[in-house]
Parts: sequence; C-alpha cells; structure tokens
Amino acid sequence: MDLKQYQDVWVFVECFQGQPKDVGFELLGQGRLLADALKQKLCAVVIGKDVDEGIKGATAYGADIIYAVQGNEYANYSSDAYGYAFLELCARYHPNTILIGATANGRDLGSKLAICLNTGLTADCTALSVEEETGNVVWERPAFGGNLYARILCSETRPQMGTVRPGAFKKPEKFQNRQPVMIREVIHTKEEDILTKVIDFIKANDEAGVKLEEAEYIVSGGRGLKGPENFAMLQELADLLGGTVGASRASVDAGWIPQTKQVGQTGKTVSPKVYIACGISGAVQHLAGMTESDTIIAINKDATAPIFDVADYGIVGDVFEMVPAMIKEIRVSRNLN
Amino acid sequence: MNIVVCVKQVPDTTEIRIDPVKNTLIRQGVPSIMNPFDKNALEEALQLKEQYGGAVTVISMGPEQAKATLREALSMGADKAYLVTDRSFGGSDTYATSYILAKVIEKLGPFDVILGGKQAIDGDTGQTAPSIAEHLGIARLTHVLSIKIEGNKCIVEREIEEGVEIVEAKLPILCTATKETNKPRYATIKGKIDSLKAEIENITLADLPDIDVTKIGLKGSPTRVKSTFTPKRQSCCEMLEIINPRETARMLFGKLADAKIL
Ligand SMILES: Cc1cc2nc3c(=O)[nH]c(=O)nc-3n(C[C@H](O)[C@H](O)[C@H](O)COP(=O)(O)OP(=O)(O)OC[C@H]3O[C@@H](n4cnc5c(N)ncnc54)[C@H](O)[C@@H]3O)c2cc1C
Ligand SMILES: Cc1cc2nc3c(=O)[nH]c(=O)nc-3n(C[C@H](O)[C@H](O)[C@H](O)COP(=O)(O)OP(=O)(O)OC[C@H]3O[C@@H](n4cnc5c(N)ncnc54)[C@H](O)[C@@H]3O)c2cc1C
Repeated sequence: MDLKQYQDVWVFVECFQGQPKDVGFELLGQGRLLADALKQKLCAVVIGKDVDEGIKGATAYGADIIYAVQGNEYANYSSDAYGYAFLELCARYHPNTILIGATANGRDLGSKLAICLNTGLTADCTALSVEEETGNVVWERPAFGGNLYARILCSETRPQMGTVRPGAFKKPEKFQNRQPVMIREVIHTKEEDILTKVIDFIKANDEAGVKLEEAEYIVSGGRGLKGPENFAMLQELADLLGGTVGASRASVDAGWIPQTKQVGQTGKTVSPKVYIACGISGAVQHLAGMTESDTIIAINKDATAPIFDVADYGIVGDVFEMVPAMIKEIRVSRNLN
Repeated sequence: MNIVVCVKQVPDTTEIRIDPVKNTLIRQGVPSIMNPFDKNALEEALQLKEQYGGAVTVISMGPEQAKATLREALSMGADKAYLVTDRSFGGSDTYATSYILAKVIEKLGPFDVILGGKQAIDGDTGQTAPSIAEHLGIARLTHVLSIKIEGNKCIVEREIEEGVEIVEAKLPILCTATKETNKPRYATIKGKIDSLKAEIENITLADLPDIDVTKIGLKGSPTRVKSTFTPKRQSCCEMLEIINPRETARMLFGKLADAKIL
C-alpha cells in the first residue's frame, strides 16, 4: 500500500433529520489541527436527505472541501446506505484520516468502514496528534473504565480512523464568509442492498432547559446528596449560573435523577467552563466524563476523596451547608433576594 | 431459531487498582467476570429461545480460563459452548477479533440471530460486534431494546441518542444488547451443577481451514497499542478552608472572579 496516495483529513458531519450534531463540529476543530500538522486539507462529509444545514455548519466550522451525498434513502441512518455512500467517496478520493463522532450510528459506521477498507479504527479518542516523521496519527484513548490510557497507531494501512465521543472536545470558533470547495457526488444505494429499514421513531423526552453536553456551567450531584429532593438546590445554583444539573451514576441508579443527566464513562462526556461536583467521590468512571472541564470545583466531606485529585478548587465540607451558602452569596451579590 | 451469543471474559474493572510506584494496572487478584453487557445479550437469546424455540450457542475467544465464563453462560441456560483459542489469535485488535469470530460463526452456523454486548468493559471499543456482521455480510442493529421475530423478518427497537427507532430487518441479524435491554436471570443451582459437567469444545486455528492467516493475531491487526499509561492526576487542587460556609463561598467566588472564570 502506498500511503502517500492517501490525502486529507475527513470529518463525518453526522446529521439527524437534517440537523447536524455538534460532535461533527467539535471534530472539525480537531481535524484542522491534524490537517495542518499533515499539511493536508480538512474535508467534511455530509450524507442525508437534507444536507443544507450540514453544509452550512461544515462551512462555518472551517472545512476546506465539503463532500455531500443526497438521496431519499439517506433520510434515516442505516449501516448499509450510509456505509455504501461513504465507501464510494473513499474509493473516489482516498482520504488519509477519518474522524467520526462516537454516537450510536457513528460507531456503527466506523466499524463498517474499517472492515471494508481493511484498516484500523481507534475508539473513543480523547487526544489526537501527529507523529511528524511518519505522518501517523497518534490516537490516545482510555480503556479499562478509565484506569488505563493507550496510545494507538495505525501505521501500515490508510485511511487511519478514529471515533471521538461527543463533548470530548470543544467546538472551534466559527468562521465568517468562508468559501469551501463544494463537491456534490451522486451516489445511490440500491433499495435491496439496504437490509434494515426504520419504520417508526419515538422521540426521547427533551431535556428541559440547557442540554448537558452544551452547558457552560454544570452542577453535578452524587450519592452525597442523600435524596432526590436535594437536587432542587443544585438546580437553583445551576439556574443562577445559567447552566444545568448533572449527576453521578450512583444518583442515577438510586432513581433520584434521569439517566440523561449521567456524566461519565457510561453517561455523557462534558467539558464545560465550570464543573461543580457535589457529594461525588470521583470514581474513574465518573472522571472519564468530566476531566476536560476548564475549571473543576469539588465539594466533599471526605478530604481523601479522589475527586480532589482532578479539582482546581476543593472544599472539604458539607454540601448541605456549602450549596445554600453559594446560592445566597450569588443572590446577595446580584441584589436578588 | 438458531442463536449464537458472543461473550467475553473481562477483568472486573471496578476492582482494578493502579500500582502507585510502577504506574501500571494491578491485574493480580482482580476477579474475571462475564462482560456485563454480554449477560444482557445472553438473556435476550434465552428469551428468544423461550418464545420461538431453538437453541442457544455461546462462543468466547480467549485463554483456557475463559471457560469459566462459558460455564456461567451454560448455567444460565445456554445449550452449547465453544472456546475459541489459539496462540495465533493472541494480540488481535477488533478487526482481527471480529474476523476470527465471524469465521467461527460461519463454521458453527447457520444462525438466525447473533447477539453480542454493546461493548466490553476492558477494551471498551464497542466495535467487535458490528464488525462481525460486516465480515459476515449480514444486517446489524446496535443498542437494541427488544427483538420480535415475524417469519423471516424481525422488528427491533433500537436506542439512539435522539430516541428509539423501530427497525425492520431480514434475518439473519446481528444485534448488540445494553443494560437497558433486559434484566439478566440468575443461574439455577441445577444449572450450575450441570454446567460443571458440560463439555466445552475448543476451536483452534486448525478447525478453521479457510481462514486467511494474514488477517489474524497481532500481525493481522491494523491497529497497534504503542504505549499505555495511567492517567496523571494533577495534584494542584487549591483547598479552600471552611471558616463558615458563607465566608468560604465568598472566597471561592472571589478567586473565580480574579481568575476571570466567573
Ligand atoms: C462499567 C461501569 C461504568 C460506570 N459508569 C459510570 C458513569 O458513567 N458515571 C458515574 O458517575 N459512575 C459510573 N460508574 C460507577 C462508579 O464506579 C461509582 O460507583 C459512582 O461514580 C459513584 O457515585 P458517587 O460519587 O455519587 O457515590 P459515592 O462513591 O458513594 O460517593 C459519594 C461521596 O459523597 C460524599 N458525601 C457524602 N455526604 C456528603 C455531604 N453531606 N457533603 C459532602 N459530601 C458528602 C462522600 O464523602 C463520598 O465521597 C460506573 C461503574 C461501572 C462498573
Ligand atoms: C488499552 C487497549 C486499547 C485498545 N484499543 C483498541 C482500539 O481502539 N481499536 C481496536 O481495534 N482494538 C483495540 N484494542 C484491542 C481490543 O481490545 C481487542 O481487539 C478485543 O479483543 C476486542 O475489543 P473490545 O475489548 O473493545 O470489545 P468490544 O468491541 O467492546 O466488544 C463488544 C462485544 O463483542 C463481543 N466480543 C468482544 N471480544 C470478544 C471475545 N474475545 N470473545 C467473544 N466475544 C467477544 C462481545 O459480545 C462484546 O460485548 C485495545 C486493547 C487494549 C488493551
């Protein structure tokens, strides 16, 4: 395999019902760093029945080239149709690197592409860089529930591929007036080649207020909160900061708060400006979802709790005293009562 | 209904500790368990068998000790178990692992339904099961909540971030199970006793004559773990004294304001 024939960094801008997901834009930010290091172009791939919003987003977040494939068969994700369209693009343009969001569909697509292209796929990367001499991407990822990190290379085959969890990286700044090269490819997947068909869809109840992955301020509660009623004070603090409430798995499992609020390895990955952990011990599985936050504040009764190892500011104290005091302090400073 | 379930033996990652001096994983004394999501996969298989009849086969790739996990599967109600084991399989990444398992499934099949877990809690990639489907060239649906069989078709509820899709697919199908799929049953005493006597056959490279040996093991794996490290914890946490809660809160917000964080 002549690796040099493979050029450019591709980002899959996944859309749901025509709306691009943030993770695609987060990846355009990372993809730009890789593309610059490799001295190659940054390309976005948009597949769907409606591709306009995806193209708009990919333009604003800095793609040099946008490949778009449009068709009725792409209204819903299917491994077969999306896989076929993506593989056709690969056959025509030979990408060097492919980044995909680690959503349910993204992981599925990544697996399909890797097998068909006879190449490697690294899952859930949390840091990406380029080995200068070889042009290999160094994929860094947690395993063993966050207890161990590995650096993984795919040095013999191209494209080199990785998935990244939503929220693991921040969205880059938007560009104004960028004019990427637009390439619309006509690719249709035969009806009989699509083995799975979505016949109905039940939308999940929308979270009220700010979404966890998008919040700039998160006040998270753990088992130390003692009961569901005490999440009200976390909500109040979050509202005052303009943010939202998160939780550890212990409080989700106890039924105090819905699973959509869970932060961590089996929950959401978040990287807000400020993450306030209240009554959370800091198990590795929890840390796996929040250590990328800009500033971490921990409130815990136990001075030896591991959460203090990742916190920037720590308060060894009782959440039932500290959280009300913080609420009061903000209210007073803003002349609210 | 012919069903096969892929189960992996994994270290209980909640029991893993880091050697503070060497900064490596301490695996010694860590119990080996059946990957939790694979228990959900097995439960789903057993329920399908109860409803539609047929047999449930379990396969696991790993060393001899993985037979303990296969016995657990038998004690829960699986009918037959095979250990996929060979020196040459060692070091396989998800590409190679899924290729080997696909070859084993071809050999033991045909199957109507293939089940696996959403992800293994050690390698944590979630890639192996959908990759098996791709090697076999069959339909796949990940993260399923329920499976209903109607003739040569199935209707599956599949969980994605935005909600639940109802999907129709032709058999054979590969599905992955999650914690939300069901509640795995416990083994019965009789099941446990029977499983101790059950014979578990080994499947080795020699049993897979048409396998392409350039696609297995470390050599056949496109990804390579270059190095591993344990997460460094910055220990630069600034501890704020508790004078009284209000005073501490004021101190905190003062510091956040000074650092232009709030
Ligand atoms: C496969 C797997 C996946 C997992 N995924 C996740 C995940 O995604 N997210 C996740 O969070 N966990 C996950 N876990 C669970 C994780 O291992 C921990 O069990 C969990 O994070 C503990 O939650 P906690 O910190 O709220 O509870 P605990 O560990 O019980 O900690 C409670 C803390 O509250 C403190 N406290 C008690 N009372 C007070 C008080 N009045 N004031 C101040 N502090 C107080 C205590 O000192 C203690 O530190 C996973 C586990 C496994 C095995
Ligand atoms: C630190 C570390 C990082 C790694 N990162 C990567 C990576 O990014 N990409 C990569 O390709 N490989 C990676 N590997 C290799 C990977 O762990 C192995 O290929 C492993 O055999 C399968 O992957 P998994 O543990 O992630 O399982 P998953 O793909 O998460 O497993 C999903 C399901 O597949 C089935 N399954 C998986 N393994 C078996 C088995 N042995 N027997 C029966 N059924 C099974 C089970 O049903 C399981 O629930 C990594 C290994 C290590 C040690």
